[in-house]
Amino acid sequence: MKVLFSFLTVIVLVLVAAVGSVLNLKFAFGIIIPYLAFVMFVGGFVCRVIKWGRSPVPYRIPTTCGQQKTLPWIKQDKIENPTSALGVIARMAMEILFFRSLFRNLKTEVSEGPNGPKISYGSAKWLWIGSLVFHWSFLIIVIRHLRFFLEPVPGFVRIADALDGMLQIGLPPIYLTDLFFLLAVTFLLVRRFVIPQVRYISLPADFFPLFMIMSIAISGILMRYFYKVDIIAVKELAIGLAQLHPVLPAGIGDIFYVHIFLISVLFAYFPLSKLMHMGGIFLSPTRNMMNNSRIVRHINPWNHAVEVHTYAQYEDEFREKMKKAGIPVEKE
Amino acid sequence: MAKPEKVKLPKPGELSNIDFKTPATDWMDTPVNFKPGTYAWGAKEKDLLTLGLPNPRQWSPADEDWKLPEGWKTTILDGIAERLSKYRSFKIFMDICVRCGACADKCHFYIGSGDPKNMPVLRAELLRSVYKKYFTKSGKFLGRLAGGRELTEDVLKEWWYYFFQCTECRRCSVFCPYGIDQAEVTIIGRELLNLVGLNIDWIAGPAAACYMKGNHLGLEPHAITGNIETMCDDIEDLTGIRIEPSFNRKGADILFITPSGDLLGDPGIFTNMGYLMLFHELGLNYTWSTYASEGGNFGFFTSNDMAKRLNYKIYAEAKRLGVKWIIGGECGHMWRVLNQYMDTWNGPADFLEVPRSPITGTVFENARSTKMVHITEFTADLIKHNKLKLDPSRNNHLKVTYHDSCNTSRGMGLLEEPRYIIKAACNNFYEMPENTIREKTFCCGSGSGLNASENMEQRMRGGFARANAVKYVKEKHGVNVLANICAVDRAALPALMDYWVGGVDVYGTHELLANALVMTGEKERTTDLRGDDLPGKEGNE
Repeated sequence: MKVLFSFLTVIVLVLVAAVGSVLNLKFAFGIIIPYLAFVMFVGGFVCRVIKWGRSPVPYRIPTTCGQQKTLPWIKQDKIENPTSALGVIARMAMEILFFRSLFRNLKTEVSEGPNGPKISYGSAKWLWIGSLVFHWSFLIIVIRHLRFFLEPVPGFVRIADALDGMLQIGLPPIYLTDLFFLLAVTFLLVRRFVIPQVRYISLPADFFPLFMIMSIAISGILMRYFYKVDIIAVKELAIGLAQLHPVLPAGIGDIFYVHIFLISVLFAYFPLSKLMHMGGIFLSPTRNMMNNSRIVRHINPWNHAVEVHTYAQYEDEFREKMKKAGIPVEKE
Repeated sequence: MAKPEKVKLPKPGELSNIDFKTPATDWMDTPVNFKPGTYAWGAKEKDLLTLGLPNPRQWSPADEDWKLPEGWKTTILDGIAERLSKYRSFKIFMDICVRCGACADKCHFYIGSGDPKNMPVLRAELLRSVYKKYFTKSGKFLGRLAGGRELTEDVLKEWWYYFFQCTECRRCSVFCPYGIDQAEVTIIGRELLNLVGLNIDWIAGPAAACYMKGNHLGLEPHAITGNIETMCDDIEDLTGIRIEPSFNRKGADILFITPSGDLLGDPGIFTNMGYLMLFHELGLNYTWSTYASEGGNFGFFTSNDMAKRLNYKIYAEAKRLGVKWIIGGECGHMWRVLNQYMDTWNGPADFLEVPRSPITGTVFENARSTKMVHITEFTADLIKHNKLKLDPSRNNHLKVTYHDSCNTSRGMGLLEEPRYIIKAACNNFYEMPENTIREKTFCCGSGSGLNASENMEQRMRGGFARANAVKYVKEKHGVNVLANICAVDRAALPALMDYWVGGVDVYGTHELLANALVMTGEKERTTDLRGDDLPGKEGNE
C-alpha cells in the first residue's frame, strides 16, 4: 500500500507532464514550473536551515568514537574524538564525503551454537557502497548538467563530463554515472522491499523519493540514448532560464518535459522531506562538536536557575545524626 | 490499583529463542503489549511530591486508567514545542532520519527481544510520528501518508513503555550516518512523559532520595560513615593497616565523589575499599562528603532540570569545603553528566584550581574547566610514574576481561586508562571481540534507571548481547572476571552473568588495583579483597 501509493503518485506526475506537453502547455512546464520549483527549493532549504539554526545546542554532546584527550602519553583519537576545530572538520569531511559511520556498519546475527545461542557480527558494507555510489553519481550528474546552463562550460564540468563519458561505446558516449546511479537507486529500493526490518520501518515518504529519482534517471537516459531530443534547443532553454531571459525553443521532444517536470517536483518537495538530511548532516550536534567540555565551558543560552536542596537544609535535617557520627557541622 | 505482577523469569533457553519476524500489521496498528517482566513499576506519589514533579498520584502501569491530568494532550504538545525551540538536536533528529535501518540491529534491546519497536529508528518514530502530525506541514495535510499520527492515550502509553526500555547507551548513534542519537530522543521523550507525571519507580525513588539525602540509596550521613568504617575494618583484617578517612572536612585538597552504589553491597564495596586503600597509600589529603554523596545522576533519566538539581551539590560542596579540585569514582552516567553537562549547568568552577596530581605533579589539562578528574586518569598517571608498588601476581587467579561502560566510552572516550590500570594490576587480561568493545561496546541492559527487579526479563534480554561476548571469552580463555568502571554495571552485571554465562564475577577496576597494591607496612596478604585465597597462599591461615 505504502509502495503502491508512492509509485502511483510518480506515475501520475509523469502523466501530468506528458499530457501537459502534448497539450502544448510547454511554457508552464518548461519555464514557470522550473522557476517555481527553484524558488521553493532554495527558499525552503534556507528556511529549514534557519529554523534549525534558531534552536541552540545547549549542551556539548558529541558521540565519541575513540580515545579522549587525556594524559600526554595516551594517544588521542583526534578525528573520532576531536578537541580541535581541525579534528571536527576532518571528522565531518569523513562523514560527508565518505560516509564514515555507515562504513562501520555491522550485521548482527543470532544463531544456535553448541553451547547455546551465539551472536556474531559480520561486516556489512553493502549499504555503504550503495549509498556512496548513489550520492557520488548524483553529484557528478548534477555537475555534468551545468554544461547546459553555463556558456562557456567551465573546466571542471568538462573534466567531469569527459571522465564520466570515457567509456566510449558509440555515440553519444555512455556516462558511467548513469549506469551506477540507476544501479544504486535500484539497490536502495530493492533493499527496502527485501529486508523485512527495513520494509517494516519504511514509510511512503521513503519510497516516494526513490521512485521519483528513479523516474528522473530513466527519463534522462531515455532522452539521451533512445528518444533523442534536440540538445541545442535544450541548452538554449537552460541558458535562458539561468540568465532570467527564458525562451522556449520549438522542437524539444515531449520526454524532456517529463524529465524537467519530475526534477521540478523533486526540487520543490526536497525541503519538506527527509531529503533535507543533506543539510542536516552538517548540523548534527553529535558529530560536529568537539569533545572539550571539560577543558572549555560550554554556554547554554537558556540555562535557568533550578530549585536545589542546599547544604544548610541538609544539615538542618541531619545535624544531630551528623554530630553523633563525628561529622563536622556548620552550626552547633 | 493493580500492582503489576512480578513474574518468574523465564529460563535462558526461552529468552534466547528470539523471533526477528516483523509483525503482519503496520507498527502504527500494532498495539503495545504490556507484558509483565518487561516494564518497571510506575513512579510513587510520594517521590513525585518530594521532587515537585507534576501529577503525583497513586497509579500503576497495569491499570487501564493512568490518571492523566486534565489537558494532558496540550501539556505534551506544548512540551514538544518548547523542546524544539530549546534543542537543535531534537529538531534535526526529528527531521533528517532517512530510515536506512543502519541502527536497527545495533540496539541491545532489539537484539535481545526482536521487538521492532526496539529498533532505534522505530523507537524514535514513536515520537517523530506525533511531531510530524502536529509540527510539520506535510504531516498536517497528509497525516499518515507522511508518517504522522494522532497523539492518543495509547500513544502515550507506548512512549512510556519504550522510552523506559531504552538505556540511552548511544550505540545506535555510532552507526547512524547522521549521528542521530536515540538517547537524545529518549531523554526528551522521558521529559515529556514527566510533564504529566509518568515516570518509573526505580528512577523517581532514587532521584528523590538523592535530592533529600544526597545519594540514590538514601543513606543518611551516619550510615555512610558507618559503612565506610566497616570497610576500613575489613581492610585492617586484610592488611593490618587502619585507614581513617575524613568526612565533610574543610581544608582538604581534594573532594572525592563516587556513586552511592559503591557504598553499599557487594561488589561495589570492594571497589570502594580499593579507593580507600589507594588514597591511604598515597597519603592523599582528601575528604568524602555525606551531602554530595552521589556521583551518579538519576535526575538525568527524568529531565535536564532534575539532573541539574542533583548535580548542583558537587560544586556547591567543593566550594563549601574549600577544596582545590575533585576526583570522581567509577561510574557510567556520572561521567556522561560530568563530561558533557556539569560545567554548563552549574559552572563555572572558577573557585577551584586546575587539577594537579600532588603525587606526580601532572596537571590534568583535559579537566582544565570542570576541575574534576576521573579516578582512572588519576591512577593511570600514578602507575605511569611508578608511584605505586603493584604485585599483579596476586590477581593470577583472575582471568579478566573489561566491559567499557556505554557512557564513558561513547560520551567521553575513556578507553585506555582503565585498560592500562587493569594490565598493570593483572597478568591475565583478554579483550572481548572487537565489535563489542570500546565505542561499539554493549550496554549491560539495565542502565538509565532500568535496574529494577520487576522488569528482569527485559533486563536479561537487553544484556544478552553483552553477556554473549563475555561468554565468548570465557569459553576461549577461561575468563572469570568482568571488570568495569560503572556502579550500575556492578549492580546489574552479576545477575546478567549468572543468567547467561555463569562462573564470571563482576569487579570494579580499583578492586583489581587494590588486590595488587602493595601497601607500606602491610602484613602478608593471604586472600584478596573478597576473602578468596591468593594464588600460592592457599592454606596459609
